[in-house]
Amino acid sequence: MTATIKINGEECSVSEGTTLLSACREQGIDIPTICNAENLSPVNTCRVCVVEMEGSRTLVPSCSRQAAEGMVIATHSDRVRRSRRMVLELLASSVDLSRSEADLLGWIDEYEADSSRHSSGDNLDPPATVAQPVKLQDSLYVRDYSRCVLCYKCVQACGEEAQNTFAISVADRGFAATISTEFDTALPDSACVYCGNCIGVCPTGALIFTTEFELREAGEWNEEQQKVTRTVCPYCGVGCNLELRTQDETIVRVTSPSDHEVSHGHLCIKGRFGTGFVKTEPDTES
Amino acid sequence: MELLSRTAQATAEELSAIAGVLGERTEQSSPRLKRRGASRRTLLLPVLHALRDEVGYISEGAVQEISEQLEVARADIYGVASFYALLPTEPQPSTTVHVCVDMACRFTGGQRLVDDLRETTGDGGEGDIAIHESPCLGQCENAPAAYIERTGDSRFSLTGTTTKKILESLKSTDASSPDASDATNQPLRAYSIGEAQLLRRIGIPPKLASYGDFYALRAALENGPEWVLENLEASQLRGRGGAAFPTAIKWRGVAEARESVRYVVANADESEPGTFKDRLLLENDPFSLIEAMVIAGFVTGAQKGYIYVRDEYPLACARIEQACSEAVTAGLLGNQPAGGDFSFHIELRRGAGAYICGEETALFNSIEGYRGEPRSKPPFPTESGLFGKPTLVNNVETFANVPLILNPKKTGAEETVAQETGAEEFIQVGTEQSKGTRLFCVSGACEYPGTYEAPLGTPLSDLLEEAGATESARVLLGGAAGAFVSQDQHDVPLSFEDTSAASLTLGSGAVIVIDPKADMSDLLGRITDFFADESCGQCVPCRVGTVRQKESVARIRTNGSDPTELALLDDLDAVMTDASICGLGQTAASAIRSARHTKIFK
Amino acid sequence: MENTDLIVLWGSNAREAHPIMFHRMLTGKRNGAEMIVVDPRHTSSAAFADLWLGLDVGSDIALANAVGREIIAQDLHNKEFIANATEGFDEYAASVDRYTLDYAEEITGVPAEGIAELARTYAKAPSAILCWTLGITEHHTAVENVFSLINLALLCGHVGRYGSGLCPLRGQNNVQGGGDMGALPNRLPGFQSVEDPAIRSRFESVWGAPVPPKSGWHLAQMFEAMESGDLRCLYVIGENPADSEANAAHARHLLTGLDHLVVQDIRLTSTAKLADVVLPAAASFAETTGTVTNSERRVQLVRAALEPPGQAKDDLAIVSGVASEMGTDWGEVTAEELWDELRTLSPMHTGMSYERLEANSGLRWPCGGEDDNGSLFLHGRLWDRPVSGARAAFTFAEWRPPVDELTEEYPIRLTTGRRLDSFNTGVQSGAYESPIRNREALDINEADAQKLGIADGEIVRVSSRRGSLETPVRIAPSVHEGLAFLTFHFADQVDTNLLVPDDWDPMSGTSEFKAAAIRIEKI
Repeated sequence: MTATIKINGEECSVSEGTTLLSACREQGIDIPTICNAENLSPVNTCRVCVVEMEGSRTLVPSCSRQAAEGMVIATHSDRVRRSRRMVLELLASSVDLSRSEADLLGWIDEYEADSSRHSSGDNLDPPATVAQPVKLQDSLYVRDYSRCVLCYKCVQACGEEAQNTFAISVADRGFAATISTEFDTALPDSACVYCGNCIGVCPTGALIFTTEFELREAGEWNEEQQKVTRTVCPYCGVGCNLELRTQDETIVRVTSPSDHEVSHGHLCIKGRFGTGFVKTEPDTES
Repeated sequence: MELLSRTAQATAEELSAIAGVLGERTEQSSPRLKRRGASRRTLLLPVLHALRDEVGYISEGAVQEISEQLEVARADIYGVASFYALLPTEPQPSTTVHVCVDMACRFTGGQRLVDDLRETTGDGGEGDIAIHESPCLGQCENAPAAYIERTGDSRFSLTGTTTKKILESLKSTDASSPDASDATNQPLRAYSIGEAQLLRRIGIPPKLASYGDFYALRAALENGPEWVLENLEASQLRGRGGAAFPTAIKWRGVAEARESVRYVVANADESEPGTFKDRLLLENDPFSLIEAMVIAGFVTGAQKGYIYVRDEYPLACARIEQACSEAVTAGLLGNQPAGGDFSFHIELRRGAGAYICGEETALFNSIEGYRGEPRSKPPFPTESGLFGKPTLVNNVETFANVPLILNPKKTGAEETVAQETGAEEFIQVGTEQSKGTRLFCVSGACEYPGTYEAPLGTPLSDLLEEAGATESARVLLGGAAGAFVSQDQHDVPLSFEDTSAASLTLGSGAVIVIDPKADMSDLLGRITDFFADESCGQCVPCRVGTVRQKESVARIRTNGSDPTELALLDDLDAVMTDASICGLGQTAASAIRSARHTKIFK
Repeated sequence: MENTDLIVLWGSNAREAHPIMFHRMLTGKRNGAEMIVVDPRHTSSAAFADLWLGLDVGSDIALANAVGREIIAQDLHNKEFIANATEGFDEYAASVDRYTLDYAEEITGVPAEGIAELARTYAKAPSAILCWTLGITEHHTAVENVFSLINLALLCGHVGRYGSGLCPLRGQNNVQGGGDMGALPNRLPGFQSVEDPAIRSRFESVWGAPVPPKSGWHLAQMFEAMESGDLRCLYVIGENPADSEANAAHARHLLTGLDHLVVQDIRLTSTAKLADVVLPAAASFAETTGTVTNSERRVQLVRAALEPPGQAKDDLAIVSGVASEMGTDWGEVTAEELWDELRTLSPMHTGMSYERLEANSGLRWPCGGEDDNGSLFLHGRLWDRPVSGARAAFTFAEWRPPVDELTEEYPIRLTTGRRLDSFNTGVQSGAYESPIRNREALDINEADAQKLGIADGEIVRVSSRRGSLETPVRIAPSVHEGLAFLTFHFADQVDTNLLVPDDWDPMSGTSEFKAAAIRIEKI
């Protein structure tokens, strides 16, 4: 079943049930997204992908709204651009986005989001941010929730969308809402099994490998010198694909391609963190 | 979910509280065979409530135990508990006093009461009493109000209260049932302009004997579901919760849904500041709601109904429980109600201090044992609601209209089932697009605050006059999510279409009257605080936008406004209104916007 | 997995051993599938199951036979499929007849109602996938265990259809590929018989060398040959038998006694330490180019991301080098050239060019030509009417208890397995620090701990008929009374394989790692 919809004045035919986001992308229209991921179902929390739909009082999230016959959509009207700019401004003014994916940083420029508008005069408290201490609790992960935009992806990946471990949830509510283990207990004491699928989906660098964190802290993280190689995990017989990011002949980050039929972007602790053995030079004692 | 090693152990007291809800923990009959039963996650909030009531808070040991028994992850349970204002995850003093600081209570010194109580009791110190500022407690007609939780004892409301009254009530031991508490001694303050319909039983003891038989239900059984739907359609009844959606469309949608398991939900999470009419109905006319829900069960084919009552309404909870048990005993609820060939059971669910749970999909999540975060719509509840099944959800007042529509006059036990219905009579009252009467909650700066039943279309000025408000009074219509009425709009007819044309909203029916000399800037500050406190945090426009709005208003209050600041407020308004997931964010800028338009706030 | 109605995990703890496959099973569950786990331990996989049957170690055949009998007794078997696509049903039905529910309960320890429920659920499911792993195959009756499960699939027609099948989950990233490439004593690449002269001659013409006409030894036979002195020289590539073999002390003794031992590996493993020559190899997944084949027969490319360290070379270069030293010059062969040669010899790989493997998330064999997109499942021919090719045979197996008998002296059953964050002998997984890795410990039931007066964490002596060691204990609800569990990941901490019997299955050559009889003593 196909549906005919109109996007920015152009009629196009899409299969019914496809999301407006996919429909727009098929038409070559770029729509920003933060909380959307290919390997997770849409939660539509970031609201940066909203579009204008005729007949709807409010803007609609293109990541989750399904195309239906006769829909008339505007993807870059002033009204849409204003909301996108504000969403980006709200995030940029409350969250440290400096290690975000390049796309996100690009949209901030493109939409002219100006986070400085939200700063206060001298006589008032500074605007609220999510700044908090970095969580360094084990040898594998770093959790820096000062960089968290609460896109829910890590909770989905830890929960029923992939790992089904449920070590983390959103706790508290409103601006105080945060990703947390039970009672904010340290990760090694939680249910976490270190699959790293949360890291795999994090768009802002709030969740990263310790290896990456240490290189960044030392100022030695150098993306220009890095290369990414796709290969197959050396462990069990499932055949998950790995993307090995290497710098100076060392694996500095392991991810998994989200479009791969076997692993859908997800890995276990062995595939994600257990590739370091390649660095070990063979012993020559005998 | 994996069984994890225990990090903490529940105490005997906690185990007993948990067993009270979940039953005794039973071991498998054989160590070599395990079966997974159906998910019991929906019992999460009830079990957390039991812990709050009996132990005072939700500890790590209790979470571990619940996690094992309900097979819900510890982090998930913590995420749920920490979402709700009334489910603390740290030890609490034995008494918690929640003092309302919204609207009418604010005008009558709620904030001073808080300060005074804090000083007197030491707030959590040796006095073993914690003082919390609370959003509106729905007792505005008898402001100021407090809601008190006593661990292992009781929870009750106090109205028209003072520091002295509160402290005295804490000393007395017979404050222990909501029925015995102060709130029941207050006048009911129910009035009507024209003939009372919805309020006709207010003041009569809420007993089945005085309610009479379920005549409307019997008429429905006799004439069939289609007859009910046709009458609802003919009545043009629209929802009274705020969105004013045609009720019959929802009923028919669920009745004709593809899936066979369906639910009926009464939204009694009345939390819009300045709103208390549903409380009045729940406390004083519970059978109207129950009868309407049984009819809904008959018509939609649902076998289970939930009444989700906000936790700050302990008396309403008690009376609904009592009424349900009376109805079951009388054979009007449960298996084959009134001899009909169907079954319908009602379960009461308590909210836990979250305004957002009045949003229907957030309410479903709450019943299901999740954080009260709204879902994306579509799909709408009639297609996929509670537990993902087709669900009819109506506000209490909406339900209360249904028996009236089906059977307007028959209230006495000696009368027989009506053949004619009240739909025709119903549409005689009201305006073109707004039929019937509506309950208005008038509070604040007026002589006779209270619940007023008035035909839809009654001019606001008439209502204000009845309530004894001065002409110069300011009015906030529809609660915190509503809008200020300018002086030249005071004669606006209170109908859906007229208010909408005037960029106003009837919303929940809150009519907050404000002394023209009152500190408006303080009230606006409080409204922005309210939305920032109550945002669920799910979407960016609302989570961050409500905070930025609050900061911006605070800057204007301190430094005065300038065009940059006002442009920022406009942008915040635009993104919250246009891009938020649900009605909370979409209306969070409404009061501020109207305050600017009406020059209350420059 | 995602669209089936029932997933049966029998002797598999996929949650820990195949985590991403388990994701797919849970997606299946979310889509409405039921999950049944059959395992002596209440594993982390079992925690997700709708039904778990905690059978006695090594009683699988009795359980499967009783399930088969119950399906027939309840008249739930698929008569059409049996009549048209199978053979030997009558004999099977007669043979399983004495495996009543009560008899099976006696052998397996699983209540009869649970066995009946498994039978009913499996037979009634519109589609069902039965997965197993080493819990089925590391027994002295390994192949018979598998046959007893195949019989169930044949009874119900749960094979050869979308969403229905038999699925052995592979333990290593290329254990399937190794077999595909002919690393079996009786097969040439593509599972072609080494004893078929026509096939041999095709290979000989391409390889330009004679192919030995007789099947070789499998692993267990090689160790027997070492013992008898018939095998004096061993070349080990990417295997660590000094740690991974059952009855480890004996295996190490035999390896040490060889005239010449060559080990080619990425690390200096325990076996390499015994070697006369060690050939340092590149890590295939990150330092070489080539292919591996996963559990679903999917051939995928591995690619080099790093230079091999030190003197390490990729396996192909090492083997070519050895050949060259032996006087045969193969020249510089790339992995792709070798693969293209294979495609001319192995019909099931013919359609898999590197280019196509690159473009398609890999391809599943058989893949006969460039226009063939591979095969989602096998044995679909059993649903052709009339059935094409041979009928599938019921193969009845009689239950026999584990070889290592429980006695008063050795009253506890030890079974072995794997944990989530570690892998086999730890050659790879030992190199990273895992926050969820605790010191290796013997899992025992609380009741046993009480009987022996042992506290959680206490170090005990564990002895079997083959050896003895010390280990801390962990009181674990996952093991029932009389059962204990260890992994063999950490030979340096707990040398588990010292305890394990090396009685092996005559058909597969696999030792009975899953069933040792032990005694636990307080120290």
